[in-house]
Amino acid sequence: MDAYITKIKEISERLLKDGTVEAVIGFRQGTVPTMSEPCMIKRSDDVKDLVWDSNCRINLCNYLTNRKEKLAIVAKGCDSRNIVTHIIENKIKRDQLFIIGVPCKGMNDKNTGELQDNCGTCTHRNPVIYDELVGDLVEEQTDVDKYADVKKVEALSSDEKWNFFNDLYSSCTRCHACRNACPLCYCPTCFVDESKPQWVGKADDAVDIRTYHFLRAYHCAGRCTDCGSCEAACPQNIKVRQMTKKLEKDCSELYGWEAGLTLDERPPLDTFKVDDREDFIK
Amino acid sequence: MGVEPGRLQFSWISSAESTKFVDVVKQVTESVKELGPNEKFIKKTVKVS
Repeated sequence: MDAYITKIKEISERLLKDGTVEAVIGFRQGTVPTMSEPCMIKRSDDVKDLVWDSNCRINLCNYLTNRKEKLAIVAKGCDSRNIVTHIIENKIKRDQLFIIGVPCKGMNDKNTGELQDNCGTCTHRNPVIYDELVGDLVEEQTDVDKYADVKKVEALSSDEKWNFFNDLYSSCTRCHACRNACPLCYCPTCFVDESKPQWVGKADDAVDIRTYHFLRAYHCAGRCTDCGSCEAACPQNIKVRQMTKKLEKDCSELYGWEAGLTLDERPPLDTFKVDDREDFIK
Repeated sequence: MGVEPGRLQFSWISSAESTKFVDVVKQVTESVKELGPNEKFIKKTVKVS
């Protein structure tokens, strides 16, 4: 970790000094312990503020949307996959970016201090796209069952599922932190904020809460990299990923797709293939 | 999600396939009637007395 941050600072300072980039997006010490917060460093003197520890769980790709200037970004495996998704979706151009790749062994859970749930089953710890690495590539995990918890929910009857999700979201206050932390949620006006027409109620009615989580998850289908930003941002510690992960599993099973691995292929939900599954259509 | 299978159905019907449309609508209506009214997605209205 120490070697990583020395290297991150060194690269950032160099890029800012020679004018390759206008700003570096990284992490600095947060205002509370175990929370490192995203920051944008614009002057080479401020590079000293950058930190890298096991609390850098937020996905920095979120801050790239529609930027026009040249930027450097510190990217873990999941961040880099979201950067790929951003490039595919024309939210940023590759040549605007200098990606400082950080091979990652997982971030710590903000409450328990143990390895985050999604990091435990991560199979893309190394950045898939980068300009410079801050350390040697780490070994990727194999034989992990990414979807063990999703399978458990799938096995429930429809009434049991209903109750399961009722319990899951019972403490949700609709603060929308999961949406704000998500690099995929960049719509200029989110469907929950729209009032003409108003798609979903704005209060904390159980039906509205469910509709919000359900629809947000669907918007992330085939794009979600399971980076865990949503869960890390949730002040109520709701397992938001239960829903997004199911969609991730479906995309992997139905289309053999994992988001953000290549710039050369369109995601399954914005392209058509003759062998797409259609047996659910009458 | 907890929505009963059968309540949500997909079909692809061309504007020229009127008979298929009628058949599908009949089928969907039947299967939904079998399931009965949807008790789940109901918002409780606040009572002011």
